[in-house]
Amino acid sequence: MRRGIAATALVAALGVTLAACGGSDSGSDGGSKSSGELSGTVTWWDTSTVGSEDKVFKKLAEDFTKKHPKVTVKYVNVPFGEAQNKFKNAAQSGSGAPDVIRSEVAWTPEFADLGYLAPLDGTAALKDQGDFLEQAAASTKYNGKTYAVPQVIDSMGVFYNKKIFKEAGVEVPKNIAELKTVSATIKEKTGKTGLYLRGDDPYWFLSFLYGEGGDLVDAENKTVTFDNEAGVKAFKTVKDLVDSKAAITDATNGWDNMQAAFKDGKVAMMINGPWAVADTYAGKEFADKANLGIAPVPAGSAGQGAPQGGHNLAVYAGSKNLDASYAFAEYMTSAESQATIAQQLSLLPTRQSAYLQKDVAKSEMIGFFKPVVDKAVERPWIPEGGSLFEPVKVEYTKVLTGQTTPEQGAKAVGDAYRKLLKDWK
Amino acid sequence: MAVDTPSQSMAKAAGDVARGRSRGTGPKRRAPKRSLATHWYAWAMVAPVVIVITVIIGYPLVRGIYLSLTDATERNVARTIGVNEIPASYEFVGLDNYKDALTGSQFLSTLGWTVVWTVSCVAITFALGLVFANILNRKFAGRSVYRMLLILPWAIPGFVSVFAWRFLYDERRGMLNQILTGAGLDGVPWLNDPTWAKFAVIAVNVWLGVPFMMVALLGGLQSIPGELYEAAEMDGASAWQRFRHITMPGLRSVSTTVILLSTIWTFNMFPVIFLLTGGGPGEATQILVTQAYKFSFEISPRDFAQSSTWGVLILVLLMIFAAIYQRVLRKQGEAW
Repeated sequence: MRRGIAATALVAALGVTLAACGGSDSGSDGGSKSSGELSGTVTWWDTSTVGSEDKVFKKLAEDFTKKHPKVTVKYVNVPFGEAQNKFKNAAQSGSGAPDVIRSEVAWTPEFADLGYLAPLDGTAALKDQGDFLEQAAASTKYNGKTYAVPQVIDSMGVFYNKKIFKEAGVEVPKNIAELKTVSATIKEKTGKTGLYLRGDDPYWFLSFLYGEGGDLVDAENKTVTFDNEAGVKAFKTVKDLVDSKAAITDATNGWDNMQAAFKDGKVAMMINGPWAVADTYAGKEFADKANLGIAPVPAGSAGQGAPQGGHNLAVYAGSKNLDASYAFAEYMTSAESQATIAQQLSLLPTRQSAYLQKDVAKSEMIGFFKPVVDKAVERPWIPEGGSLFEPVKVEYTKVLTGQTTPEQGAKAVGDAYRKLLKDWK
Repeated sequence: MAVDTPSQSMAKAAGDVARGRSRGTGPKRRAPKRSLATHWYAWAMVAPVVIVITVIIGYPLVRGIYLSLTDATERNVARTIGVNEIPASYEFVGLDNYKDALTGSQFLSTLGWTVVWTVSCVAITFALGLVFANILNRKFAGRSVYRMLLILPWAIPGFVSVFAWRFLYDERRGMLNQILTGAGLDGVPWLNDPTWAKFAVIAVNVWLGVPFMMVALLGGLQSIPGELYEAAEMDGASAWQRFRHITMPGLRSVSTTVILLSTIWTFNMFPVIFLLTGGGPGEATQILVTQAYKFSFEISPRDFAQSSTWGVLILVLLMIFAAIYQRVLRKQGEAW
């Protein structure tokens, strides 16, 4: 028995230990500026898509050393889905955190609130602030200070396979009702499915919620709005799309399955953002880039809208090489760097001046997305912004797999929000 | 070994002396000082182990229990970022966390599925392990090859096989559904339907667990003297009677141990659930440990207090189980 107790205690203790561990290896070399010249190492955590975007970012980041030969840039690609937690682990334990992180717009106020980010006002990181798009700059501010530099801005649209649409003889759907009839025609004429609906990430659900006139929360009036009628209707809409076979979905591994299904021409449409363009062009259906069409997200019963997203570059407050990190953040968000990224990856610049450059102005993807971004729905820039998705994720998947009704799902999300946001209505 | 080297026999003698003394002194214990003086080398020998166990088990355990009595989250624990030092500001809340966990529906519903998961996994694994062990416990051509093949799932690192299964289960690109559609059947939403997902995770865990059961039970089978079977055969016992009255009692001591171990392992089988479904779809396959992990690492702000509370409850549940199990065995006359 003694062994039994020891084993029990050991196993359970490991469970308890989960709460007390964290941290990883590697840190930043100390560096300082001697006589004004930057030196040392800057570690940058990038979250771009591996296989398509990462190469461009890596090259761009390493070119920083051309300007500052004594600085070494250490490029690390962290998968987007893990980066938020990984950074929090490292930042909290104080070891293994990068100097600069590519922080999604919703993470930025959260990291700043936890004290992990260095305020950038008055540092070399912010140059020409008036040049930034107002929408992009909004997510970098917290409590009156600036904690990040906007790197790219994005929104979402419908990606469609022109060949399949031509074969079925249909036009791009403008609203949900058309989406259903178009999908039915595509199925009938080509045997293919209309839409891939990403079912494991609530970000892809937002345009349906906005379409019904809803939102996660109303930050201005400190009110939880998810569990009102619009939220219920949005849940009903997505459930109906899946039930009527207009869309297919997955409860796990959604990104890979979505990209694979669309790139292989198994589905005619997906809702996605500019970050997916480079990866989509790599698919066999899009060897001819002209086959990829793009259109605004379908409207719901109360309007049409897609979320405004994007990424910022933030500097870790515990960085041992703050000066070089500031300079690096500035370099990566300069108009030239943004133009390079826009040209090669179709990601949208956050600087107005970058849009004026010839190559950027010519790009079809950027030409499409810029007006979409201008009209995109701004998300609440509150410290809890990054926490709002987990409750939706659980209920969204439950609704899609029939484990709960849209009404109960919306209510559960609302309850979770009220627990998270103390004293909100 | 036939020949004792001098040093070995000396060590043996010393050990005998030590044991003899401590046993032979009757009910009254010796003064600790004296015992320390006599057995200092023994203490010195175990010291590293004691220290390591205190550090890697004792401290986290005590800390976890302490955190479960507070309202610690990511926002109020102490942290040092560069030059900023943010002090801890969480408070002691007594047993509130336990009250919330035990009166809320989430813990109990997760516990319900965890129990179903554990019982079905252990029962199926044990039954299959017993069948395979019996098959392999006789002489036939290629026996060692079969043994090796059946051990294979155990030899592959757990996460590798779980990832392999994830690819197999994929609804549209996975091999299982391609075989099904090839045979003219409908594909199965292995990981996309709550019921199928439950079935899928149990199947993978059984696949991973059978080799251990088989090897342990095979060892048990080989320790049963062949004369018993011969004698039973002479008396005209049928195959079933031989299995029922010789094999089963003979396996008793082995099977009680492996069932206990397997129960504890399965109850806390993190990788299979986490890597295969991540607890999904929704929370259909979330067991207690994966949910505790989620509290502390996946949600934000991270809820360290609630996570520790669940961790302590898991510990308590497993200890209660072990205690009951032992009592039942003792009643049946098993000294263990």
